Amino acid sequence: MKIIKSYWELFITFFKIGAFTFGGGYAMIPIMRNEVVNKKKWMEDAVFMDMLAIAQSMPGPIALNTALFVGNKRNGFKGSLFSGLGVILPSFIVILLIAIVFTQFKDNPVIERIFKGIRPAVVALIAAPLIGMGKSAGITWKTLWIPIAVALLVWLLGISPMYIIVGAIIIGLAYFWFLKLNMKK
Amino acid sequence: MELIDLYLDMFVSFFKIGLFGFGGGYAMIPMIHDEVVTINNWISIGEFTNIIAISQSVPGTIAFNSATYIGYSATVNLGFATWQGVIGSFVCTLAVSTPPLIIMTVICAFFSKLKDNPWLRSSLSVLKPAIIGLIAAAALMLMNGHNFIDYKSWIIFALVFIASIKKVDPILLIIISGVAGLILY
Repeated sequence: MKIIKSYWELFITFFKIGAFTFGGGYAMIPIMRNEVVNKKKWMEDAVFMDMLAIAQSMPGPIALNTALFVGNKRNGFKGSLFSGLGVILPSFIVILLIAIVFTQFKDNPVIERIFKGIRPAVVALIAAPLIGMGKSAGITWKTLWIPIAVALLVWLLGISPMYIIVGAIIIGLAYFWFLKLNMKK
Repeated sequence: MELIDLYLDMFVSFFKIGLFGFGGGYAMIPMIHDEVVTINNWISIGEFTNIIAISQSVPGTIAFNSATYIGYSATVNLGFATWQGVIGSFVCTLAVSTPPLIIMTVICAFFSKLKDNPWLRSSLSVLKPAIIGLIAAAALMLMNGHNFIDYKSWIIFALVFIASIKKVDPILLIIISGVAGLILY
């Protein structure tokens, strides 16, 4: 009984976070921190922050990764299934309903006019945070060429982003290996 | 095309997106675009931008919202029924969340060892600037003739860009741009 209650609590906590957070994954993090650390006292803040750093650097949306981590810490693998399901389910239901309704009106001229205004705005919303993100990722004049080269390779040459990701990981590992070799000498 | 083949193809595509989706939502856009528009032709570039706009305007993360929407839309676009679209949407959402579930389960088991691992840290130091490059590529990719039809598009882009840097709520900006589209076009 107790374990079922625990799973349910995980599910419902993350369901609420998933349902009421607009603006993508990053907006969810402060709310998760408040729920998990302050309200439910499931873990210490330092543990949460450590885990966040890892969740952020792994593939997948940060909100899901954080939910999975909290669920796993609390109730193991099954716990992560419940917290993960909780955080995904609200937007799944909402988006599915929108998709069902919207695909019927896709070629409606009024809808098309509205989207003519929205599309350039979407591009601006993606481009605007770049500067701030560059700063927080610690990009300097010395490393500025990396994002520029990546953007050009993907945009102009159509190189698959997957090769970029794999390439970046290999370069990072090779660089550390090189440093280690040099230190031994 | 057989429905089962479509589901399998969608599962493989979104599994890859989930597996290589470092950096979360915006950084995943070039990859989703590659798989869904360029390689498989499931949806048009115009619809792709609409989906990103809708994904930004409802709760949840962009990666999941777009997976859910594309799963439905791609199935229905190929002439299948609504309920088959619902299954398509489930397939894509499941596929994009499976790699994070596997990876986070492994990470939870080795968390204390991984936290300060220099190999991990070194590969992340190259990945982070590369991810910024992927987001820039997403913005450049969407600055095309479908989304920017005339000088009015560029005015909307510039105004939203500035407003977004000034921290105006993105959903409000999308609503205003939609109204602007209705008036201007």
